[in-house]
Amino acid sequence: MTVHESSEEIVRHAPGAPVAGLPGRERTPAQDLLRGVWRENPVLVQLLGLCPALAVTNTVENSLAMGLATFFVLVGSSFLVSSFKRLIPSEIRIAAFILIIATFVTIADLLLAAIVPDIHKALGAFIALIVVNCMILGRQEAFASKRPVGRAVLDAVGTGAGFMVAMLMMGSIRELLGNGSLLGVSLFGPSYEPWIIMILPPGGFLTLGFILLAFGWWRGRRAEAVPAVRRWPHGVASRRAA
Amino acid sequence: MSDERAPGTEAGGELERQETGARPGAAARSEVPAWRLVSTLGAAGAVAGLAIVLVFGWANPRIEAHRAEVLRQAIHEVLRAPDSYATLFVLEGELVSAVPADVDSTELDRVYVGYDAAGERVGFAIAGGLPGYQDVIRLIFGYDAEHSELLAMKVLENKETPGLGEKTEKKRDILSGFDGVVPPLEGVKTGRGTGDESEVDMITGATISSRTVIEIINRRLESLGPMIDVYVEESRESGG
Repeated sequence: MTVHESSEEIVRHAPGAPVAGLPGRERTPAQDLLRGVWRENPVLVQLLGLCPALAVTNTVENSLAMGLATFFVLVGSSFLVSSFKRLIPSEIRIAAFILIIATFVTIADLLLAAIVPDIHKALGAFIALIVVNCMILGRQEAFASKRPVGRAVLDAVGTGAGFMVAMLMMGSIRELLGNGSLLGVSLFGPSYEPWIIMILPPGGFLTLGFILLAFGWWRGRRAEAVPAVRRWPHGVASRRAA
Repeated sequence: MSDERAPGTEAGGELERQETGARPGAAARSEVPAWRLVSTLGAAGAVAGLAIVLVFGWANPRIEAHRAEVLRQAIHEVLRAPDSYATLFVLEGELVSAVPADVDSTELDRVYVGYDAAGERVGFAIAGGLPGYQDVIRLIFGYDAEHSELLAMKVLENKETPGLGEKTEKKRDILSGFDGVVPPLEGVKTGRGTGDESEVDMITGATISSRTVIEIINRRLESLGPMIDVYVEESRESGG
């Protein structure tokens, strides 16, 4: 046990190793909130939570419901993990986090089934799979279990909102091209021949690929526009993501 | 529960963790006793269980009500708006309207019999499911035993390919294609039928989904048809 721990400490102190939650300087609450929305967007930058982002984004409605369910689970879990971090021994922390996350997912599953049964049916097994969304467990392990409750909730709200942004981008592009509609409202009229492939699984991969391409191009242009000296924190972030 | 960590304020603890990079509890911990691991997880599990039970207690009646409403609507549709309907259970090869107290009725196969306003039987609604192209297709169909013909078909659940197999659920002329067809059904390519009353048009590009739908109806009638005939015969004898 002691050997393990010391080696763990060495790894943690290794120069250059990214240490989660330990930035060069203290972040402000606003940065905690906004980081997950855009610059470290879970789907578009960190490439986490891709399973629901590919599987259930065939309509805006499904994307929205999945985004909300994930948001609820993430914020609830971060709040509880941060609140009880002193009571959870390190040895059982993963089990405790998963228990907390699974409880919130079960509650979200029941609420969706009771309130919006049609959407619940459309999302199917992917609601239960929120339990193993690496984005959620990742935020508990890297942030909520080390930070005060307020910061943990801000971080979860930001990350959950970032996930929602990505889901809605995917959902609107796929529904628009694959069904000619947005939120079920037909936009292109009856003469439009829908690209069925966009609402099938390959459409998910295609859409995500093009969004990532556009996102990468935009980030690259932005990085060029900023002088090199001011750029380094961004540069670090994007290298780490890459 | 006692706090076994090093004394210090919230801010101090935060700073200390940042310096050592250790996770909470690691700084002052040498060995966490096993009872604490078990009791922490046990208490968390108990609280989680309680929370789930409370939400379940609220949500379950709503979920059940919705499920019953979906079934009611489906029966309404496939029996062409009956005035009322009753559930018949399949027990030892017979259709019975009530099961003995020692038999769990939730486990039994069932059919629904619909009546019009005059109390005349309009037909039987039968649900069934088989694996289709992607996943199980579940459907319900109405069957008029007197004339041995189908009334209507409605797909309850399908994850078939959007735009192809999915049409079994959505396309109106395909659904009405089951009206008045005499089982056992036979799938034919659109426009290739001979006008036989057992023929159903298949969907171009969704052969497997179409075959599955036909197969479900045929198999269900194969096993339930004789029981329905017996039931009809008996009710005719007893009811006049």
